[in-house]
Amino acid sequence: MKLKNIFADLKIYAKNYTRSGSAVFFVFIFPIILMLIFGSIFSGTGSSQVPLYVQNLDSGGSLSSQFLASLNETHVVTVNMIPSNVNIHTYISENSISDALLIPSNFTTSVEGGRAILVYYDNPAVSTSGIAQQAISFAVQAMNNRLSNTSSIVSLSVNTSLTTHTTGYVDYLMPGLIGFVVLISPMFSMTYVVSSYKRDKIFRQLSLTPLTKSDWFVSKFLWYLIVSALSAAEIVAIGAFVFNASMAINLFMAAFIVIGVFMFTSLGILAGAIARSEEGSSVIGNVITFPMMFLAGTFFPISIMPAWLQSFAHFLPLYYIIDGLNSVTLYTNYPAAWFDLAVSFVVAVVIFVMSIWKFNWKEE
Amino acid sequence: MSEVVILVDGLKKSYGPIRAVDGLTFSVYRGEIYSLLGSNGAGKTTTVEILEGIRHPSSGKVSVLGQDPWQHASQLRNKVGIMPQDFRFMERITPREAISYFCSLFSVQNRAKELLKLVELEDSGDVRFINLSGGQKQKVGICLALVNDPQVVFLDEPTTGLDPQARRKIWDLIIKLKAEQRTVILTTHYLEEAEILADRVGIVDHGKMVVEGTPDEIIRKMGTGRKLHIQNIGDIAAHLSKDLGLTMSISGDDIVIPMKNNHDLINILAYAEKKGIDLPRLSLKEDTLDDIFVNMVKENGE
Repeated sequence: MKLKNIFADLKIYAKNYTRSGSAVFFVFIFPIILMLIFGSIFSGTGSSQVPLYVQNLDSGGSLSSQFLASLNETHVVTVNMIPSNVNIHTYISENSISDALLIPSNFTTSVEGGRAILVYYDNPAVSTSGIAQQAISFAVQAMNNRLSNTSSIVSLSVNTSLTTHTTGYVDYLMPGLIGFVVLISPMFSMTYVVSSYKRDKIFRQLSLTPLTKSDWFVSKFLWYLIVSALSAAEIVAIGAFVFNASMAINLFMAAFIVIGVFMFTSLGILAGAIARSEEGSSVIGNVITFPMMFLAGTFFPISIMPAWLQSFAHFLPLYYIIDGLNSVTLYTNYPAAWFDLAVSFVVAVVIFVMSIWKFNWKEE
Repeated sequence: MSEVVILVDGLKKSYGPIRAVDGLTFSVYRGEIYSLLGSNGAGKTTTVEILEGIRHPSSGKVSVLGQDPWQHASQLRNKVGIMPQDFRFMERITPREAISYFCSLFSVQNRAKELLKLVELEDSGDVRFINLSGGQKQKVGICLALVNDPQVVFLDEPTTGLDPQARRKIWDLIIKLKAEQRTVILTTHYLEEAEILADRVGIVDHGKMVVEGTPDEIIRKMGTGRKLHIQNIGDIAAHLSKDLGLTMSISGDDIVIPMKNNHDLINILAYAEKKGIDLPRLSLKEDTLDDIFVNMVKENGE
């Protein structure tokens, strides 16, 4: 491998790439359009009801059921139950929840004893929080009124310290879009490049120069790393300036981008190498790319999908990249990130080995 | 022209049950233009690709500048220039950029200006490849083949699909290469091209060498000799046959009389003058490489 040849190839490839309007559009403009559209739809208060997550540890209690019924009657919030056997703090982090309410296990007995507290977790950065809090306060007031006309038996403890940073939709969307860019920029280009170079015998031409197959691969990997990093920076910047969103930028994030680009550059080469024609390569490329684009947690958390689709998502290599990016940028859940990183690395190496095996520089 | 630059001895190459090259033997000497002729699928491109080190022979011996092209591909890369059939390059790259790129890969100084001038492409040096004409694209291919100042140049069907004017410009370029003492291996299915350019020609069919030599040698050896064509009007044919005892055939409007020697021709002209016969559309024709090739392919049942 010669550094000089890698850079010569990187330079000419970059020129050819940046002169293609469609390639630049897909990497630098399309993700931003998606971000603006999805961000505008899902970040606002446009929906009539605000989701409120409730963990009822007093499930047998009659008063907790009464309270939930009056909460439902407000028609302002949609109550979603958090299983009673999970830690509410972890659940909030992992599911990007803005508004949650904890009904303690001793709620009914405490009310009967004359003093009870409900714990409300809110996220002040999300505009829905005020609405949810008002609905809860309204239900608390209604209950107090029913119980006694003189004193407030039930009070609300508002707890904002748990949600250490904003987890609005755009915060969730940013790592997903970075995963999206890491997927599509090398995948679409490499599949096309390999099949068209085969058709035009450009590989043959290059094989007659001192450039080696490894030089060529490294230069493509470096190029898509540059492109993906720039696009990721653009996504973070637009997220911050337009949606006031933020994400933790750290070495983990860089590791996921590097492994992701390595994985999808290899996969693009593999798809282009096994395709017999240019048309075939675009079919193979699309069959591989589209399910990942939508089902790997790019635009929505996979938890909203049916169980069978969630199981399917676990077979998509991009899922581990996006899940890992979410773990490090949203939840600072490093053990999960290490697992995702390990899975992504192994998958990337397997795909790389297959692509090297299938991708012939010479024609035999 | 004594040093053997390319040696092919008993070369065979099969793709499964198909024998693309079937025991081919020939040599190319330094400084000559050697043309491999054959119809599509005759085995010429496979042969050239084996010489370029792109394909591995099934059996037989091959050497280029004394080295095995498959084993020593990397050493030969600096001495050999190759323009593949139907040359293509990255669509949005200009000829100047393509040449500069190849110069960096071969670690030679940037020869873009000099090579663009050589192929008369200075005016289109900054036009993207996709916008070049067919002839201009082929010229870029030739430039890239010459970047490393090669001793041996392989040109695989360099003029296929080009208009006559563009073809002639490429021919001029090939003649320039010979003038620079380079050895040129030219594969083509344009017989006229080989006849004009090549010092020696090898006609390949079904992976075998059918005939080899200079175009003149081949015409003499394989041709059917000179023939006199006269337009067949009145009873010229009957007179010539009866009075001079000549055998002849009719081809369209013409009477065709094979000439064994110059006397046959003189006799006919003297006879016509004596009898006051006009010989309209008189012409003397000899087989071209094209005729020989067509006959040969016909004989082989294609």
